[in-house]
Amino acid sequence: MAKNTLSSRFRKVDIDEFDENKFVDEQEEAAELQGPDGAEPTHLIHQGDMMTAFHVALRNPPVNTKNAVVKERAQAIVLRVLTSFRSSEIETAVRSLDRNGVDLLMKYIYRGFEKPTENSSVILLQWHEKAFAVGGLGSIVRVLTARKTV
Amino acid sequence: MSLYNFGLEPLSCHAWNKDRTQIAISPNSNVVHIYQKSEKGWNKIHELTEHSGRITGIDWAPVSNRIVTCASDRNAYVWTLKEDAWKPTLVLVRINRAATCVKWSPQENKFALGSGAKLISVCYFEKENDWWLSKHIKKTICSTVLSLDWHPNNVLLAAGSADLHCRVFSAYIKDIEERPGPTPWGAKMPFGEMLLEHKDCGGWVHGISFSPSGDRLAWVSHNSSIGVADAPAGKEVTQLTVEHLPLLSVLFVSETEIVAAGHDCCPYQYSYKGPGNLQFVKKLDVPKQSSRSGTSAMQHFRNLDKKATTEEDQNELDTLHQNSITQLCIVEGPKSKVNKFSSVGLDGAMVVWDFKVGVKNNENTIFLVFSRHKKEILTASTATVSVIKQ
Repeated sequence: MAKNTLSSRFRKVDIDEFDENKFVDEQEEAAELQGPDGAEPTHLIHQGDMMTAFHVALRNPPVNTKNAVVKERAQAIVLRVLTSFRSSEIETAVRSLDRNGVDLLMKYIYRGFEKPTENSSVILLQWHEKAFAVGGLGSIVRVLTARKTV
Repeated sequence: MSLYNFGLEPLSCHAWNKDRTQIAISPNSNVVHIYQKSEKGWNKIHELTEHSGRITGIDWAPVSNRIVTCASDRNAYVWTLKEDAWKPTLVLVRINRAATCVKWSPQENKFALGSGAKLISVCYFEKENDWWLSKHIKKTICSTVLSLDWHPNNVLLAAGSADLHCRVFSAYIKDIEERPGPTPWGAKMPFGEMLLEHKDCGGWVHGISFSPSGDRLAWVSHNSSIGVADAPAGKEVTQLTVEHLPLLSVLFVSETEIVAAGHDCCPYQYSYKGPGNLQFVKKLDVPKQSSRSGTSAMQHFRNLDKKATTEEDQNELDTLHQNSITQLCIVEGPKSKVNKFSSVGLDGAMVVWDFKVGVKNNENTIFLVFSRHKKEILTASTATVSVIKQ
């Protein structure tokens, strides 16, 4: 047999996986947070209780999972809560958060920027402005450098 | 505080001699310039040109008067002053990547070199063969070592690296020194032993510093945060997020006060009083109260006409440094009570800052209030209130 008809299956092997010096990210085996429960914030929005909906939506951020579905779901819920706020109430909502809360809010805002829809960018920009006033450049840097994305 | 501009090139690193009359700097090239202080400023007296790569670290040992330099050409040289000229001696560091930082130990019998080869090279002089030898610390380091600092006991070494961890190793070399006593960081300290590994500092650990007693370790990382590990308190770590751009360099100026500076072009003071108690104190660069409010109406319209802007010329930052600060260094005072520290930055400037513990406001700000009632001018500064009668 000619050499060129031999198996070329070796070409599909990813040799970087076998590199002994490969940098393996140490993932902590932390408890998997499943993201906020969808029903509760929606219910609260219908009732008009925006602040509680806001805080509930920001609970249990899915930072430790790699499950894209969970993250998408959490993002959708938070986005819905953020868009249903009135512009004048945004500032009070941001003030009610602590440092970690502001960082988490920034992560969701930038996640929202990734896939802009009709009106979402306008609202998100308003949220961004208020969150930036409280968190400063540091909160944006933390969104960019975070290993665990929301 | 005083500013001196060494030119247009960024200053990668700097080091002072013992009496602070000379400074060794590198203007982002493979050359080290040594400047001597004079009444009018600084005069260049020496140029050290042995490296072929960009110089990444300089340290000047005050007592033995030796300079160690390291560069991206994977070499380090130890320079000694002989008959008014600096003579280099090559150090065999045995690294296959660029060196990133270098520090003399407190007793100046060895120095530590961090590199991109994921290891730290601890080098000491062997008298028999008249050369510098090195021993490597590689344990668990997965990426470039970005910053180093020695513990006052001359044995422990803290390293911050790009794998987001900060670690404390023992760099005890039994050929040249005696066994160290136990410390709050640990009792058994063979060479290369890791006494602390804090995983996930949030970002690359750019700067690291031991407190004057060595009991605490502070670091700054790229996710705009500052952290402190407290050895006597069970090595507990306290982290504080910062609202500014990431900090690049950190320095303990007393047992509880920390100064850090970085991409925000301004040094900030933090205070650590115990586990869980790390707080921002103040910004150390208070912009002068310049005569900004002195624009007349004519000036205002002229600006509007010429530049379509109502603001004054905003080309400069209002901090002393016009670009990121890359390194902080103690200038005056013992480690436990620093009076002055210096900073160099990417704008080519070197600033010497005065530091006083416990002063709430900058004593230079003076408020002039004209009292119409009594036709007196009241001058108030935070230190004194005086009334000048008209």
